[in-house]
Amino acid sequence: MSELAAHGAHPPGFAHQFETVSQQRDAATLGMWVFLVTEILFFGGMFMSYTVYRALHLQAFITGSHLLEVQFGATNTAVLIVSSLTMAMGIRSAQTGKSKNQTILWLILTMLLGATFLFLKFRFEWYHDYVEGIVPGVSWHYHGSYAPGVQLFMCFYFFMTGLHALHMVVGIGILTVLIVLTARNKFSPQYYAPLEISGLYWHFVDIVWIFLFPLLYLIGGRYPGS
Amino acid sequence: MSTAIADLHETPADLGVNYLNASYGIRSWLLTKDHKRIGLLYLATITLMFFVGGTAAVLMRLHLIEPQGALFEPETYNKMFSTHGIIMVFFFLVHSIPATLGNFLIPLMIGARDVAFPKLNLMSWYIFITGCAFALYATLSGGVDTGWTFYPPYSSSFSHTHVVAVALGVFIAGFSSILTGLNFIVTIHKMRAPGMTWFRLPLFIWALYATSLIFVLGTPVIAITLFLLGLERILHVGIFDPAVGGDPLLFQHLFWFYSHPAVYIMILPGMGVISELITAFSRKKIFGYSFVAFSSLSIAVISFVVWGHHMFVTGQSIYAGLVFSVLSFLVAIPSAIKVFNWTATLYKGSISYQAPMLYALGFIGLFTIGGLTGLFLASLATDVHLNGTYFIVAHFHYIMVGGAVMAYLGGIHFWWPKITGRLYPDYWARVAAALIFIGFNLTFFPQFVLGYLGMPRRYAVYPAEFQVLNVMSSAGASILGIGYVIPLIYLTWSMRYGPVAGPNPWRAKGLEWTIPSPPPTENFEEIPIVTEEAYDYPSPGVARV
Amino acid sequence: MSEHSQQASNSEHVVPVSTYVAVFVALIALTALTTGVAYIDLGKWNTVVALLIAVIKMLLVVLFFMHVKYAAGLTRIAILAGFFWLAIMICLTLSDELTRGWEIVSRGWGVIVPLAVRFF
Repeated sequence: MSELAAHGAHPPGFAHQFETVSQQRDAATLGMWVFLVTEILFFGGMFMSYTVYRALHLQAFITGSHLLEVQFGATNTAVLIVSSLTMAMGIRSAQTGKSKNQTILWLILTMLLGATFLFLKFRFEWYHDYVEGIVPGVSWHYHGSYAPGVQLFMCFYFFMTGLHALHMVVGIGILTVLIVLTARNKFSPQYYAPLEISGLYWHFVDIVWIFLFPLLYLIGGRYPGS
Repeated sequence: MSTAIADLHETPADLGVNYLNASYGIRSWLLTKDHKRIGLLYLATITLMFFVGGTAAVLMRLHLIEPQGALFEPETYNKMFSTHGIIMVFFFLVHSIPATLGNFLIPLMIGARDVAFPKLNLMSWYIFITGCAFALYATLSGGVDTGWTFYPPYSSSFSHTHVVAVALGVFIAGFSSILTGLNFIVTIHKMRAPGMTWFRLPLFIWALYATSLIFVLGTPVIAITLFLLGLERILHVGIFDPAVGGDPLLFQHLFWFYSHPAVYIMILPGMGVISELITAFSRKKIFGYSFVAFSSLSIAVISFVVWGHHMFVTGQSIYAGLVFSVLSFLVAIPSAIKVFNWTATLYKGSISYQAPMLYALGFIGLFTIGGLTGLFLASLATDVHLNGTYFIVAHFHYIMVGGAVMAYLGGIHFWWPKITGRLYPDYWARVAAALIFIGFNLTFFPQFVLGYLGMPRRYAVYPAEFQVLNVMSSAGASILGIGYVIPLIYLTWSMRYGPVAGPNPWRAKGLEWTIPSPPPTENFEEIPIVTEEAYDYPSPGVARV
Repeated sequence: MSEHSQQASNSEHVVPVSTYVAVFVALIALTALTTGVAYIDLGKWNTVVALLIAVIKMLLVVLFFMHVKYAAGLTRIAILAGFFWLAIMICLTLSDELTRGWEIVSRGWGVIVPLAVRFF
């Protein structure tokens, strides 16, 4: 029996090109996953380039990696993991029909954690690197060993974390929109697809960072003599 | 000659309420969510870009009448071929069939009311025209002279042209194609009508599905590549610069990882169109449906593992070259399967020679030549001699123009009655098709000979002994140009003065032919329930209904 | 068709809070682990361990936070395809970048033998 008929007229959020609500929900989910696949290839191009250069210039990459501070990378990793939890809880809150304020609370927490990540990165890492003179093309005063290869590594550090940060900013923008829509009572256990697919995006950005952390900060280990 | 056209006296007197007249005013077009209107918005933009890119081609061929160059300084000539390549590849061919015919037809062919994400569809058009705007601005400000391949270090460190602006335009247009591909994949998976199983789908849908896979998997890589190139150029850092340990070949790997599958983006939809045209104009079901369907998927998959054949002479390792050469031979197989199956479809068919069929037959011959000459280039040893010559230019133009553009025109003509509700004058259409075929061969066949004799491509001057062949090629180009302009005239004319077409002037099979021409906005009054196989024409020899 | 898609829909499944919390704790623990292991000298295994832990973390996020454990086969195929294509790009590019220095031995079929000897 079509859900359309069960609801009578249009159920909340229903789009006319679909026949049923579940068809619409499946389409939205598949659509977001296809988009995330494009993101795998998009970031993937840089991961591939990184892999090539790391293979060809390992010592330079190790030297460059040691210029980064592990505590910031690790803290930021933890911050994003918490934000993934709060995002999942926010979606669950709408899915199970909790009050909209509860959903909004989780979404705001997620936003704040995302903002914390960006603050730590820009204010303490990037700015610090700028002062130190290890930002290629902008402020480069590095004269240690393997200087050309270290510059290459730092290029990848800034490009990859920069692209990631851009995605975080977009994610925070999306969260803002979601908070507004939730406040306007748009979502319910019958219709929360935008929350669900935004969650997929947010978790994906978290996964990118899960890989960036060891690949950028932990090359060659941090033990004495490495 | 069989009666492929329905008796015109049986068609309705007017076009009824349809997607074209359901609402009026520029806002109703610029804010439309109707896939059919979006297809037409794309059609207009793409036609414009085709003639911009074509103008560059005409100027190039005029320049090459003289061995010392008749029109331009070498620097300007470099900008001409770069502009021609960039516009034709990224702003015409990639989007041509998918964004126009694909957008218009996919929901109709699968029995849906629209694509899965209509607003995203409209957004993809706006993104596309933004990309076009960047590219046109850069072109009018002097263009780029790097070739459409943008190789560093020239493009990142030495060229004084508008590399970043053009790269940005390509990046943006690429994003548009990602969204189109995404929309098509979800639409085809989730919105087929009841009874429309995968193996009842028209082969055009299989071809567009395969194309969409390439859109989604390949385009993001050219995006990140151009992004890195732009950063290198702006910040003067050296990702592809050997002085800091970078590798210019890494750019080429990244670039061709997309750009080789991109050429299959450009031909697969055309192959889908040909499957529709051959069956309709032989009034016969396709020979080997599942082989043709799976060959589309195979082409999409194998296209991703052959890109190194563009890099045989660049310093790539010999061992990688071996691997890529072997795989490149492999990709020819599914294309050949299609050609055999189309030919077998024609056998004992009831063939008629309206313009769309002329384009389809031309496609089969010209694509075969283009494909076979590709094998010379897949073979490492011969490619060493042919790379960088006009042989390559001829090879890919046989496929892109002799193949893709002819399929595009064939499709436009075939579905024109459905899109506009009007018939175009087939006499002039056949004249144009003949001019295009003749002009095309006169333009590009001499280029095979020139390449074999050693004339390099992308050179503003050439040795005097090559002049005769160059003049032949330029003469052919002028005929080809006229051939392209003629349809502009009669197709435009037909929109107002052509006879009313009716739902199915070709008496073809397919869900799109069961609804009025032009279709109503919601496509189907009731979503159909599909019980027929694809191309369910009566078998030859059986009494016709 | 709607019945089929209802079965395939993963948004119907409600994940218990306890599952989310358990996954969260595991992710934090693995982050601490990967950071800590970096301070131990394992030679070239440092990289292997770090990547292994990253893959496990990714799987936890994908399966539980992104609900893929409860998702349709098509979703899984899409994800696998994305990673497979990334693997193609990396492997074939490395097949060039890492073999440029190899000497060419050409004795008829001789090119194949050194290749085989190299790998086995």
